[in-house]
Amino acid sequence: MKKFFRVLYIGLIFTFLYIPILTLIVLSFNDTKTMGVWKGFTWDWYLEIFTNAQIIEAFWNTLIIALVSAVVATVVGVAACVGIQALRHRTQQLVLQVTNIPLLNAEIVTAISLMLAFGLFGISLSMGTVLFSHITFCLPYVILNVLPKLRQSGMHIYEAALDLGASPVRAFFSVVLPDIMPGVTSGFLMAFTMSVDDFVVTYFTRGAGINTLSTLIYSQVKVGIRPSIYALSTIIFVIVLIVLIVANVLPDITAARKKGENS
Amino acid sequence: MEKTIVELRNVSKSFDNEMVLDDLCLSVKENTFLTLLGPSGCGKTTTLRIVGGFTKPDTGIVLFEGKDITNLPPNKRHLNTVFQKYALFPNMTIGENIAYGLKISGKSKSYIEDKVKYALKLVNLDGFEKRDVSLLSGGQQQRVAIARAIVNEPKVLLLDEPLGALDLKLRQDMQYELIRLKNELGITFIYVTHDQEEALTMSDTVVVMNKGYIQQMGTPENIYNEPENAFVATFIGDSNILDGIMLEDRLVEILGVKFPCVDEGFGRNKPVDVVIRPEDVVLAQPGRGRMDGVVTHLIFKGVHYEMEVMAGGFEWLVQSTVCHPVGEEVSLDVDPFNIQIMNKPESEDEEAVPIDE
Amino acid sequence: MNKRKLLAGPYLAIVLCGTIIPLLAILYYGFTDRAGQFTLANITAVTEPENAKALGLSLLLALICTVICLLLAYPIGLLLRRTKGEKKGLIIFVLILPMWMNFLLRTMAWKALLANTGVINAILEAVGLPGINIINTPAAVVLGMVYDFLPFMILPIYNVMIKIDNSLIEAAQDLGSNGFQVLTRIILPLSVPGIISGVTMVFVPAMTTFAISNILGGGKIYLIGNIIEQDFLMGLRQTGSGLSLVIMVFILISMALINKFDKNGEGSML
Repeated sequence: MKKFFRVLYIGLIFTFLYIPILTLIVLSFNDTKTMGVWKGFTWDWYLEIFTNAQIIEAFWNTLIIALVSAVVATVVGVAACVGIQALRHRTQQLVLQVTNIPLLNAEIVTAISLMLAFGLFGISLSMGTVLFSHITFCLPYVILNVLPKLRQSGMHIYEAALDLGASPVRAFFSVVLPDIMPGVTSGFLMAFTMSVDDFVVTYFTRGAGINTLSTLIYSQVKVGIRPSIYALSTIIFVIVLIVLIVANVLPDITAARKKGENS
Repeated sequence: MEKTIVELRNVSKSFDNEMVLDDLCLSVKENTFLTLLGPSGCGKTTTLRIVGGFTKPDTGIVLFEGKDITNLPPNKRHLNTVFQKYALFPNMTIGENIAYGLKISGKSKSYIEDKVKYALKLVNLDGFEKRDVSLLSGGQQQRVAIARAIVNEPKVLLLDEPLGALDLKLRQDMQYELIRLKNELGITFIYVTHDQEEALTMSDTVVVMNKGYIQQMGTPENIYNEPENAFVATFIGDSNILDGIMLEDRLVEILGVKFPCVDEGFGRNKPVDVVIRPEDVVLAQPGRGRMDGVVTHLIFKGVHYEMEVMAGGFEWLVQSTVCHPVGEEVSLDVDPFNIQIMNKPESEDEEAVPIDE
Repeated sequence: MNKRKLLAGPYLAIVLCGTIIPLLAILYYGFTDRAGQFTLANITAVTEPENAKALGLSLLLALICTVICLLLAYPIGLLLRRTKGEKKGLIIFVLILPMWMNFLLRTMAWKALLANTGVINAILEAVGLPGINIINTPAAVVLGMVYDFLPFMILPIYNVMIKIDNSLIEAAQDLGSNGFQVLTRIILPLSVPGIISGVTMVFVPAMTTFAISNILGGGKIYLIGNIIEQDFLMGLRQTGSGLSLVIMVFILISMALINKFDKNGEGSML
């Protein structure tokens, strides 16, 4: 009985989380532009994705911004973690406090503060300002994922590699980096996800005419969203779902195999 | 006398304004098993890290075979370390771990293969090349760490509490193995531990450290039998430390009773510290010894009984193979050779005296 | 050793240009008028009836949203406490996955679901229940907030829960605590860092959102975020900055709370 309520409760919460997603998937097949009325099944919206230049452009912008800012944030962030570790304890604490600011700050404050700073220095808003802003708010995710990993094992094995004659650079790439890789990967993925899902920062820091999927959707909130955006989102969602399932299941399978081999 | 291989001259180091090593001088002779022994925070690990190149001294120099290596990074030093937490590379197999140093120095593939095989054999892990590091037990990981270090044929092997994480039985086995390895390889071992038994069992030379100073340096027998101060006496084994007065040469008064001893040159009526090991206290029937007392505690320890005897207002720790039950009246005596006389420290600070040799 | 510190250089440069200077820019605009003269008018603008009402409503809705999230998330944390390593990945996966559907779209979906002629009302009608009429009301906005920010409450609570050593609970039971006492004396105090972290992770974005209120409020519900957005759309940088500084006070309070209760970052989301 207890177990029944347990499963029921968890089930209800997860239903709550997934109902809107289901709704959007259904709407992407709905043969009308009006939300909330079912007018029959159609693939039209999926086909329209490929002819709607606005959506295609927004999609590529979203992807490129997320990819570039996640890659830059990961490289800068991992280097920063190595550097932060060499700082004195007090300085480290201070740097980490500042690192937390974008995480705890309201998105709207982060966004307008960046916009105002660009304005103050006469930098006109463009793709570049969006990228810089995304890198700024992606970095904490990388650092908070990598630093604990580095603290856990980095120093010991790094010193061991030096002891065996490796140069600091070689020691880092041959021993430390492979060891902190899980942290680097999750930092990268989190940064990428946050960038894709971002609306507020992009909204305030983009140049005229630059749209990501988020800003495109927001601009259509009042006039009605084109269902081809639902279609595109459904495709993205399904792809991510498949990728994540594979990524979550594959390591289990290989681990199980390895176990089998060794025993 | 054999030649000195590693020497520290006037080395000082402080972290965040806290002095960890103060003007430390130490020379290590070639082909010895030298142990740095002391409680945590005594500076022993820092000393080892300075030799290894992981920590730079604030002042002083480090010599290796007579050459100044103070500013040489660890990867340029001809010595290898076995780390406390093994520090095996988790992304590599055991074979790859051991081959790491050889690969870096650009050895040929066949040479590396042979050496890895040889090193694994040396630590009794034949055929483990392809295995995963994470699947090893603590003892096995430690063996791999040792193999990974010695395969590079260092002239000096540094070991930082390598057995600290192992259980008692395994630790004892590994102690014998380390001694065997040391003899087989014929290289210098510098070993750090806080375990006095380990230090006494394995070393040729023991360096007892406390508060950043060397307290005493000598053979294990020397350290155990003739501690130079109360710190060494209490840290190495159990002991009874009593206030005494050196009445004259070879006669000391303890708790109002005169005991003959073998020490000379302290002067007359000089207050001293007296160290008597618990196994050196002889129990006899009441009236037959120098002091009478009553047994107050008794514990069976396996090889011997450990008792506390109240005599002369002092709780004596006594070890004996003969059991004296609690409440029994006994008499104490000590052989003159087993009474160790030490100068009293003149102040609190002097408990940790720097010694110049 | 010193060379290694240089690796933090690029990051520190980005922090300086992307976090510190922009915050100083808000300060500058918040305390100056259009002519660049010092003024407190932008700050005191918060007392204007329209702004004060928006701020009050933002605080109220954010508070309600945070409480609901906490009440929903805490039992989840309790129920999932015993899940071990392998399942942890799955649970986090399930919580993060919805983020891959753009949050504006997910909020739009609620609009479709809650609409007077929407799916939920259709279902209610079909089973003979009275319909709900909450679209374009504060209730719909709160629902949207709860929906969007619930994962940010669940994750930190879940993360501290699974770290609670089971032997602690067994020890408490061994010492005679019943289930309720174990909950209030052991689990609850130990999960405080997660709760605090979750509360700030929900409260701050809920208080400052403008998109959710825009979509589910039908443009009738004005939160402080909406006012700031409007100010900037109309080019009123100074007033917008002044109001931002006011809401930053609340953010600083949250940061102070986190520092006080979660020094080791135990309750962090990651």
